[in-house]
Amino acid sequence: MLHIVNKSPLDRNSLDTCLATAQPGGALLLIEDGVYAATSGNAAAGKLTQAMGQMKVYALKADLEARGMADRVLEGVNLVDYGDFVDLVAEHATCQSWL
Amino acid sequence: MAIEINGKSYETDEEGYLVDLNEWNEDVAKILAEQENVNMTDQHWEVVNFLREYYNEFQIAPAVRVLTKAIGKKLGADKGNSQYLYELFPYGPAKQACKIAGLPKPTGCV
Amino acid sequence: MSEGQIKKFMYVNRKAPHGTVYALESLEVVLIAAAFDQDVSLAFMDDGVYQLKKGFNTKGIEVKNFQPTYRALDDYDVNKLYVEKEALDARGLTQDDMVVPVEVMSRAEIGKLMETQDVVLSF
Repeated sequence: MLHIVNKSPLDRNSLDTCLATAQPGGALLLIEDGVYAATSGNAAAGKLTQAMGQMKVYALKADLEARGMADRVLEGVNLVDYGDFVDLVAEHATCQSWL
Repeated sequence: MAIEINGKSYETDEEGYLVDLNEWNEDVAKILAEQENVNMTDQHWEVVNFLREYYNEFQIAPAVRVLTKAIGKKLGADKGNSQYLYELFPYGPAKQACKIAGLPKPTGCV
Repeated sequence: MSEGQIKKFMYVNRKAPHGTVYALESLEVVLIAAAFDQDVSLAFMDDGVYQLKKGFNTKGIEVKNFQPTYRALDDYDVNKLYVEKEALDARGLTQDDMVVPVEVMSRAEIGKLMETQDVVLSF
């Protein structure tokens, strides 16, 4: 299934709960303030890197650019646009947004 | 509300400010100035152009105190004072000049 | 507030820039209040430090880029900007990543400054 996180990992526990709940083989899409988790030097970067071993991780490029963070994305994170976002939702049978 | 020039319509808000600042051109400015009873001279254009540059750089229409100071820095003390600016724009330099420049109402305009 | 009395105002910013409207609202209130000639300082803590991260490009998310406006604060005589050291460290940011000149200080130091204020506004 597809997990979507839109909250900053250092402001809310959405990412923590998501990663603790998600089963191997799923996908994680980071959007809005959620994209901060995909940037190098962030305190949550380690958790996310670990999660990448079990699931595919995507981040919305427009949200990284808006925040001035597009030049420091963690290796292994796939950058996607809004069209890809729609495709991801359509590809997965279910979707959980960790609001 | 809207302004009509040569068959093209430019939308304005209830206070007469241009809704889309990208639509601004000198013809629109002249009509907006007419509505404010301002007769545009070179001195008026200087202030209006200054405001547009300021908005471009900082994405805000400056408050009058800030405008006065910034104009003084750029165009000299004889222009960077409120007497000079109020002579050009009697109903408030920030408010009237911003409107003619196609900018939103200044932030901090209370 | 009586005429001529200058109070110390501190705006405390703790939210990331675009996910909520706090950052933009705070900036607008600061600009409006600056018209009243008060002693204004801005503190950026937690995710609030992201508000000053250089290089916003908001075309893709189709919202106004308000970052250039931080550079106008100096024109409004707002030039006391304090950024929390611990928050920068936890986000892989440094003083060089900030879009305007700031003073980096510890949480404890910001806390002490907070105690000296007449008014604290939270965003």
